[in-house]
Amino acid sequence: MVEATDISDLKRGTELVKRGFAQMQKGGVIMDVVTREQARIAEDTGAVAVMALEAVPADIRKRGGVARMPDPTNVTEIIEEVSLPVMGKARIGHHTEAQILQSLGVDMIDESEVLTPADDAFHIDKREFTAPFVCGARNLPEALRRIHEGAAMIRTKGEAGTGDVNQAVHHQRTMMNQIRTIEGLDFQEREKWAREHGAPRELVHETAELGRLPVVNFAAGGIATPADAALMMHHGCDGIFVGSGIFGAEDPETMGTAIVEAVNNWDDPDALADIATGVGKGMKGQSNVDLPEEEKLQSRGV
Amino acid sequence: MTEASEPDIRVGVIAVQGNVAEHAAAIERAGERRGLSVAVERIRQAGTVPDCDVLCLPGGESTAISQLLDREGIDAEIIEHVASGKPVLATCAGLIVAAADPQDDRVQSLDVLDVSVNRNAFGRQVDSFEAPLSIDGIADPETPFPAVFIRAPVIDEVGEDVEVLARWDDDPVAVRDGPVVATSFHPELTNDDRLHRLVLSDAIDTLSTAQPAEMDV
Repeated sequence: MVEATDISDLKRGTELVKRGFAQMQKGGVIMDVVTREQARIAEDTGAVAVMALEAVPADIRKRGGVARMPDPTNVTEIIEEVSLPVMGKARIGHHTEAQILQSLGVDMIDESEVLTPADDAFHIDKREFTAPFVCGARNLPEALRRIHEGAAMIRTKGEAGTGDVNQAVHHQRTMMNQIRTIEGLDFQEREKWAREHGAPRELVHETAELGRLPVVNFAAGGIATPADAALMMHHGCDGIFVGSGIFGAEDPETMGTAIVEAVNNWDDPDALADIATGVGKGMKGQSNVDLPEEEKLQSRGV
Repeated sequence: MTEASEPDIRVGVIAVQGNVAEHAAAIERAGERRGLSVAVERIRQAGTVPDCDVLCLPGGESTAISQLLDREGIDAEIIEHVASGKPVLATCAGLIVAAADPQDDRVQSLDVLDVSVNRNAFGRQVDSFEAPLSIDGIADPETPFPAVFIRAPVIDEVGEDVEVLARWDDDPVAVRDGPVVATSFHPELTNDDRLHRLVLSDAIDTLSTAQPAEMDV
């Protein structure tokens, strides 16, 4: 006979539960969606989660102005439409947008540089939330600062809406390089490295001992094709966010399916050749090198 | 690997999506504790499942996992594995994918576990939780299992041959149906590998029945 368990012992919103949610996304593709129809397509193509936002990053760039959290009506419709986890973007430092998203039932909050930052000095104190957070980072110290604030997942800060994977690669390579560096340092040298790089020291030690970030690390920003997604897996990412790359493509359904399959077969060139065949035109995009410094989103919220 | 002696047990972790590395690590730890030589394969394509003695079906997103199992042709291999009586540990989304009735046509389930399961019945991520759990034959109130439920499914009906191993608030959350052990929660998220040791024991029983001369356990 099964023994009764005391159900009053349960704990919600712990670090284990928040980081555990992020771990369930591994090996998956998280797709940006603006409407419930797009969310439906994302689920049918094999996305592991959808990210609700008011406009895809390419459109936010074109349109200019202040970019904010998505309309709660849209978020609720997307939650009703799919069985997948629904994530939502809040502005950097916008505690209240994040609280509203949590209250709507959003499963993970992206404190995102794609939206206009609400606070030029501080990020959200993410530890007090029950919902887990994902944050962007260009390098290891930035990632560890976000984890220290309570982020349960990290992603690269590739230039969103450009369709150019260059910066996501750069950030991921920087992260891996810095992890290898601190792995090779002794205790005192790690303490010094932490001071010099403005990185929380306990997390520097933890990362060095693990040989990886203590949370899941995804690729995001500029991923537009099955080959881009496979490239980021090759560079050691745990999974992929695709923004404008799906619904900016000629045939979103085919592109979505192909990117999902490419992530599963990232190390098999023959399979990738098959997968990349006949997917139609990708989003048009804009090369990073053509981008004026003030239009770069990645330097927001460091 | 060709130089090494044959492992006692070959374990396949289905790796199309989800919490794969943690299951692989838990199996390796469990093998070490039992003094077994265990080889772990991470399976993303067809062709490897037939060589495995045990399979783990990890958690992740059940719609994505079931679609990829179908597209890669791994689904039929898992069904064959269970039909031949070889053990499986299916957790969370793995349980949903294994279930006879996932109550949702977005999941193409394998129908190797005679239960009806309600996806995400515990609610959204803000309702996810951890709690100490008693599991029949494994964990009692003095030695509870640290169970982590993440957007977890609830088993709301079980077939007559299905044994309920644990309940949470009266609902079954761990079950056994022949060679398949399945949980709503995530045993791979903590260092407690008692459920992974259980399926390795099942594998030893299966192997010793199949080849009594070769196994000495």
